[in-house]
Amino acid sequence: MLEIKNLHVKLEEEEKQILKGVDLKVDSGKVHAIMGPNGSGKSTLSYVLSGRDGYEVTEGAASLDGEDLLELEPEERAAAGLFLAFQYPVEIPGVGNMTFLRTAVNAQRKARGEEELSAADFLKIVRERAKSLKINADMLKRPVNVGFSGGEKKRNEILQMAMLEPKMCILDETDSGLDVDAMKLVAEGVNALRDEGRGFLVITHYQRLLDHIKPDVVHIMADGRIVKTGGPELALEVENNGYADILAEVQ
Amino acid sequence: MALPEIKQTATEARLAALELPTAGCTKPAREAAVARVREMGLPDRRDEYWKYTRPDTLVQADAPKAALFDNDEPLMFDQIDRLKIVFVDGIFDADASDDLSLEGVQIERLEDICCTDIHWAKDLYGVLETRGHNPVPRPLAALNTAFAADGVAIHVTGKPSKPISLIYVHKDEASDAFLHHIVRVESGAEATILENGPAAARFNKCMEIDIADGGILHHVRSQGRDHERRAVTHMFTRLGEESVYKSFTLTVNGVLTRNEQVIEILGDDAVAHVAGACVGDGDFHHDDTVFITHDAVNCESRQVFKKVLRNGATGVFQGKILVKAGAQKTDGYQISQSLLLDDDSQFLAKPELEIYADDVACSHGSTSGAIDETALFYLRSRGLPVADATDLLTLAFLAEAVEEIEDEDLAADIVNRLESWLSRRR
Ligand SMILES: Nc1ncnc2c1ncn2[C@@H]1O[C@H](COP(=O)(O)OP(=O)(O)O)[C@@H](O)[C@H]1O
Ligand SMILES: [Mg+2]
Repeated sequence: MLEIKNLHVKLEEEEKQILKGVDLKVDSGKVHAIMGPNGSGKSTLSYVLSGRDGYEVTEGAASLDGEDLLELEPEERAAAGLFLAFQYPVEIPGVGNMTFLRTAVNAQRKARGEEELSAADFLKIVRERAKSLKINADMLKRPVNVGFSGGEKKRNEILQMAMLEPKMCILDETDSGLDVDAMKLVAEGVNALRDEGRGFLVITHYQRLLDHIKPDVVHIMADGRIVKTGGPELALEVENNGYADILAEVQ
Repeated sequence: MALPEIKQTATEARLAALELPTAGCTKPAREAAVARVREMGLPDRRDEYWKYTRPDTLVQADAPKAALFDNDEPLMFDQIDRLKIVFVDGIFDADASDDLSLEGVQIERLEDICCTDIHWAKDLYGVLETRGHNPVPRPLAALNTAFAADGVAIHVTGKPSKPISLIYVHKDEASDAFLHHIVRVESGAEATILENGPAAARFNKCMEIDIADGGILHHVRSQGRDHERRAVTHMFTRLGEESVYKSFTLTVNGVLTRNEQVIEILGDDAVAHVAGACVGDGDFHHDDTVFITHDAVNCESRQVFKKVLRNGATGVFQGKILVKAGAQKTDGYQISQSLLLDDDSQFLAKPELEIYADDVACSHGSTSGAIDETALFYLRSRGLPVADATDLLTLAFLAEAVEEIEDEDLAADIVNRLESWLSRRR
């Protein structure tokens, strides 16, 4: 279970408060969606949870299954089961996608005291999971995300998620820049991973993705806070009326 | 023009400490080389060409001692089937070497070359070195021609089945070694030369390579990880029509290493690639100085140098492409990049182009940067510990240079070595 309590975050270098008291609880097996206007702090929340530099937590707490996330290094958070699918996946020239995946899987297994996957086992699993995401052998061989289209990058994020089998998945605008077919493919990939033992926090701008990944709970974020929480119908309300009504209502 | 007094004094002091070997057929070449050294004077700090690298310890009469480097690593190129030629502190060791006969190549020790015969060696020993002093003198190479105690003449007439591997063993803490090799690749012939090993406390090595029309030579060298090495090496290469020269050097640590490559492209449609990957972790200094002259039509040259520097290491790159008038359709590429892992390390680069032909495509670039924090975070967010993530990015950075090696087994050997060095550092 991911639990966020009264989280306040400012930029490290500037006196700029971005998150102003976020409260959120995502149980295992549940899918929560966060919607909200641009600049409301959604990506910041995902970065702070995964441990990116440049932010300072001034108040509040965040834990995964009772373990204080904020005390951990990014790699320790990953080994604890947290995964962030980046809004902008990073290109890494010179590092083969396959090498990257295998190194990541084995690093996490090692950190958890598990045995490393053999090359043969790894290859078998990666091929199978890549295939269902329509990621071909060439994309596995190429350097991580280099020369990938927007859609390919997003699918590659989901492949990493599928290989790492995290307990809590945060998807930051994984639907942005995707056409309908690509979005369906990504949604199928996510749905295939839905499981009793796994929670999801799906950040999105549009209701569209939520047609394919059915959320249990929808939150609206504005100006660094969760301002409204409801069921899937809340996403439809945003779709039909935009954020203005909701924001006016909570003011 | 008379030399400045300081230079002249230093040069004479160095010459006085050396004895001319009584080598037969190279004798005239050696005597002429001594005269060249006197004329040019040995390098000192005031020389522009030595602006970034202090030559003092390479020039002074006594070689600073260098502790033997103890290591339990498997030897470089150990898994590669090769013809081994071993030198201990710069002297050929017949017992440790393989039988020198191999189909497609004749290998002779310099001192065994018959004095009375007409031998190709006479037309090469000191010849390319002599040509290589324009526009800048390289007196340490002339000093080598004069005083080289040993070396081999490699005559490639076919396609030998395995690489010729020159192995340099260091056993004496005070050794001051001069080695001079000459290589002639005949038309249509092809060979690979490997070099590795700490060599000596102070090592001056010169190799002159003459590649005839259609000849191909691959060169892969590894220097390191011995910490106290001082080395100056020169490779002089002359290329004929449609010939190919590809050289890669891995340099790791070592107090001081200056590697010069002087390449003259004289035949049309020839290709010359030189690449280097350097890892300096500590108070070490690596200098790659390259000078490529295009003097023929439709030739290609590539220089790819990558240096990873940390804990006070210094990397130097001086690279020049000279395209002579008439060398049309020249394709010249040069890139030098450093990855600085901390603020104590530095990279000094002097890339130059000088072009007198109008129909050419030449580009050069030099960059210096820290590790990409965004990429580092991305890798860490996938569970890679920061040190592993840094190593992976470091290897990725060096990959572009290592990829210049054509032979996959040799490239894999270099990559494995880099991986183990990087991880062992921690
Ligand atoms: N590193 C940063 N430097 C400067 N401003 C930032 C930085 N990160 C976030 N911000 C600012 O914080 C606010 C929230 O951004 P973000 O979390 O990306 O919002 P969202 O993902 O909801 O669009 C924006 O005003 C953005 O400009
Ligand atoms: Mg965002």
